[in-house]
Amino acid sequence: MPATPPSKARTKAPSPASQRTISLSLNGTATVIAVTDPNQPLLYVLRNQLGLTGAKFGCGKGQCGACTILIDNEPARACQTPIAAVADKRVTTIEGLGSVKAPHPVQAAFIAEQAAQCGYCATGMVMSSVALLARIPKPSLDEAKRALSGNLCRCGTHQRILRAVMRASGSAQP
Amino acid sequence: MTAALSRRDLLRTGGVLLVGFALPASALATPSSVPRAKTVDTTEVDGFLAIHQDGSVTIFCGKVDLGQGLRIAIRQMAAEELGIGVERIAMIEGDTLLTPDQGPTVGSTGVMKGGVQIRQAAATARQALIRLAAERQDLPADQVDIVDGEVRPRSGEGRSFGIGDLVGEAGFNLKLDPKAPLRPPASYRVVGKPLPRPDVPAKITGRHVYVHDFTLPGMLHGRVIRPPSVGATLTSVDEASVRPVKGARVIRLRDFLAVVAETEWDAVRAAGLLKAQWSDSAPLMGHAAVRDAMKAGPFVGRDTLVNTGDVAGALEDSDAKVLRAEYFWPVQSHASMGPSCAVAEVKGGSATIWTASQATHRFRPAFAAMLGLPVDRVRLIYLDGSGCYGMNGHDDAAADAALLAKATGKPVRVQWSREDELGWDPKGPPQLLALEGALGSDGQVTGWRTEMWLPKATAGLPNVPLLAPQSAGIGQPMGLITGLINQNGDPPYAVPAVEVTVNWLADAPLRPSNIRAPGKIANTFAVEGFFDELCVASGLDSLFGRLRLLRDIRAIKALTRAAALMSWRPRPAPNPIPGIGRGIAYVHYKHSETYVAIAMEVAVDRDSGKITPRRVVCSHDCGLVINPDALKLQIEGAIIQTLSRTLLEEVAFDAKAVTSTDWASYPILGFADIPEIMVDLIDQPDLPPLGGGEAAATPVPAALANAVFDACGARLRTAPFTPDRVKAALPPPA
Repeated sequence: MPATPPSKARTKAPSPASQRTISLSLNGTATVIAVTDPNQPLLYVLRNQLGLTGAKFGCGKGQCGACTILIDNEPARACQTPIAAVADKRVTTIEGLGSVKAPHPVQAAFIAEQAAQCGYCATGMVMSSVALLARIPKPSLDEAKRALSGNLCRCGTHQRILRAVMRASGSAQP
Repeated sequence: MTAALSRRDLLRTGGVLLVGFALPASALATPSSVPRAKTVDTTEVDGFLAIHQDGSVTIFCGKVDLGQGLRIAIRQMAAEELGIGVERIAMIEGDTLLTPDQGPTVGSTGVMKGGVQIRQAAATARQALIRLAAERQDLPADQVDIVDGEVRPRSGEGRSFGIGDLVGEAGFNLKLDPKAPLRPPASYRVVGKPLPRPDVPAKITGRHVYVHDFTLPGMLHGRVIRPPSVGATLTSVDEASVRPVKGARVIRLRDFLAVVAETEWDAVRAAGLLKAQWSDSAPLMGHAAVRDAMKAGPFVGRDTLVNTGDVAGALEDSDAKVLRAEYFWPVQSHASMGPSCAVAEVKGGSATIWTASQATHRFRPAFAAMLGLPVDRVRLIYLDGSGCYGMNGHDDAAADAALLAKATGKPVRVQWSREDELGWDPKGPPQLLALEGALGSDGQVTGWRTEMWLPKATAGLPNVPLLAPQSAGIGQPMGLITGLINQNGDPPYAVPAVEVTVNWLADAPLRPSNIRAPGKIANTFAVEGFFDELCVASGLDSLFGRLRLLRDIRAIKALTRAAALMSWRPRPAPNPIPGIGRGIAYVHYKHSETYVAIAMEVAVDRDSGKITPRRVVCSHDCGLVINPDALKLQIEGAIIQTLSRTLLEEVAFDAKAVTSTDWASYPILGFADIPEIMVDLIDQPDLPPLGGGEAAATPVPAALANAVFDACGARLRTAPFTPDRVKAALPPPA
C-alpha cells in the first residue's frame, strides 16, 4: 500500500500567512511555536520540533490512542490536531504530568502495577486515564473500560492498566 | 581481548555508544565504559560480562527485551551468581559490535537459552573471583563467598575484596565453563523475586527512547512508497510533483521509490504529493481462496512426522466410532501498535543501523550484502521498538533506512505508516489440518491421524527476504521463513496409534515470517479442539477425558490446578444451562518445554453470535521461575493477544494487495472484551527455566472453542470466531 496520503488540506504549500507563530500553554509553560504549516499535526511538532517524544505515532487516523494528549484537560489525538488548532489552548503531554523521579499519581500507579510491556501505547493509556479520573474520581471497572476503549494495546497489558486506573482512584483492584 | 586498554579507549567507545541520544533515566546502572576491542566470543566470559573497578557490571546480551521482561530477568540470573544486586548491573542488548550472537530473540528462548548462557558466564566469573580472593588470603576456595558485591571469607574473619578490585578492566581472559557450579536454588536471594522491570518508569513517563525517538545530527526523514499491488514495477515517476515541498528529494532505485526531506512532516507531505505510475500486477489469490488453495498445491513434499501403532487399523475398525474434522487458521498480521521505524548511517565505507530487530546478528550479513560492504563494517544496534511478536516490519524499515542512507550520504530515519505496517509486514502463514480419531467401544481413543497443509520453510535461508533490496533489484537469497510451524500436531495423550503427516506447500499467500508461537497456536487449536470432540462423542467430561490419558505428573498438575481454580465440576458438554460454557485445553509446548493448561468461561449470545470471554485461568509450569511478576504479565499478554487473534483477526487481501490496513479493517481486541485473567505459576526451582513468552498462547483458541461448544453446542473449527461463524455452527434449537 502507498504511504498514508495526507489530507488535501494538509498538503497545501506554506502560504505567507503561515509564516507565523502560535502561543499556547504547553505543560503549564507559556510557549511560542514557529509555525511553518498550520495544518501540520501537533504530534509532529511535539515530537520533532519540541523534543517531546512521549506521544507516539501509531496510526495517524485517531484509531489507536498512542498519541493521546490533553487539550484544555480533554483527551485529544495529537495526530488529528492541526497545530493551528491549539493556539491559546492549554496542552498537556505525558512529559507535563511527571518524571521518572517524580511521577504523577496516575503514572505512579501504572509503575506500581508494571502496566507496560513494549510500552508503546503506555503514554496514551496514562493520558486517557488522567482525563477519566479528572472527570470521574472513582470510576467503576466498566467506566474505566469505556474511557480506555479508544486506546489499543497489542501486548495484552489491559488487565494491568485497569488495575493501575483502579489503584490511582483508590478503589479495589480487579 | 587485548590485555591493555587505557581508560581513554574505554571512554571513547562508550562515547560512541551514547552519541545522539540520552539513555533513558533508569534505576539501574547504565554502561559507563565499554572496551573498544571487546570480544563477542560466546565461549569467553568476557563476551558476556565486564566487571568495572567500581564493582558495577555490564552484561552484553545477544537477546533483546521486546517488552517481555528479559531486561530484568537476565539481570536477576547474573546477579544471583555474582552475588550483587540487580541495580549494579547495566545491560547492552543486540549490538553486533558488542554482544555475542546468542541467536535471534525468537522461540521463547530469551531466558531458556540466552539467560542460561549468561548465567553460566556469571557462574564462571564467580568461581574466578572466589579463586582470586582465596589466593590472596591463602584460604581454600570453599572458604570464600561473594555477598553484596564483596568476596569475603565465609568465617567473617579476614579481608574482603570488592569484585571490581579483583579483575581489571582487561577482563577475565577466561573460557566460559559449562560445568561451573550454580548457586543452589535454596539459597536464591534475587532469582524468583518479583523485581520491577527497569524500563517501566521511563516508558510510563514518556522518557524511554524507542528507535522511533532516536535522532542523529543532520538526519533526513524518509518515506518509502510501496507499490499499489504486490510485484508491480515502477514505470514512471514525476519528480517535479514533490516540488511544493522545499528540500524534498525523490530517491529511486529501480522499483524502490522513496522521498527524503529535512523534516518528518515534509517527508509525509512529499510522499503524499509524489506522482508515480506502476505496472499492473495482480499476483495474489485473495484471502477467501486461501483455504481451498492449500489443498490444491503446488506441493514440494510430504513428511511423516509421527508414526506409532496401527493407525489405519484403528480407523478402519468396524467397531470403532470414527470422527473426522478440519481446522483452519488464517493469515494474520503481527499488528504492532507502532508502525516500524529505523535509523541508518552509511559513510566512510561502514554502516550503522539502529533497529528494533529481533535478530541483529542474523540480519547483519543481509545488510552488508545489500550495501555492498564487508560484514565487519556493518553494525546493527538494537533499540526498543513497538512490540513485534515475531518479525514485523522492523527489519524492512531498517533496510529502507540503510538504502536511503547510502543513496543520500546522510543519516536517514524511516518511519512506516499504519498502512505500510498492516499492509506489508510479513505475515503469519495460514494452516489447515484434517483430523481423524477412532473411539473404541469403551470410549478409549484407539487411533489418531493428523494431516497438515503448511507452507514449507526454505532450508538454510538465513532471514526473511527484505522488501527494500527486492524492489531495488539487489540480489538476496529468496524463500520462505515460517518458524517451526509443524510442532504439536499430535495429541499429548497416551493414544496407542498416532500418525501425523504434513503436505508441504511451495508458497504462502503473502510473504510469511514467524509470528508468536509459530504454528503451535493453530496446531493446538486443532488437536485440543478435536480431542474435545472425541470426549463429547464418548460422553466424557473433557477434564477427565484428558487426565485418564496423561502419564506426566507435570501435565496432570497443570490441568488439575487450572480446573480447580475454575471450580470445575465433572459433567459432559454441552452445558445443560445454555449461554454459559467452560472449556479446557492443554499443551506441552513443543512436547519438550513449558506445560500449560488453560480453563476458560465464556458467554455466547445465540441471537447475535457474539462470544464474550468472561474468565481465564492459566496454570503454567516453565520450570524455574526467574521473575514471577514479569512472567505473569507475559502470560496475560499471550492470552489476551491470542484471544484477539482467535476472535477477530484475518488479513484481508484481494488480487493486488492487503486491504485490511487500518484498525477498522484489522480490528484487535479492546478493553470492552478483556476477561478476568488469573495466572497460576507452578514454580519448579530445581528444574531448568523454560520459555514464558509463547506457550501460554497455544491452548487459548481450543479452550475458547471448547467453552463455546459447552455454552451453545456450536463447534468452531475456523478462526476467527466471527458472530456469523458462531451462528452458522449453532445446532437447531431443541
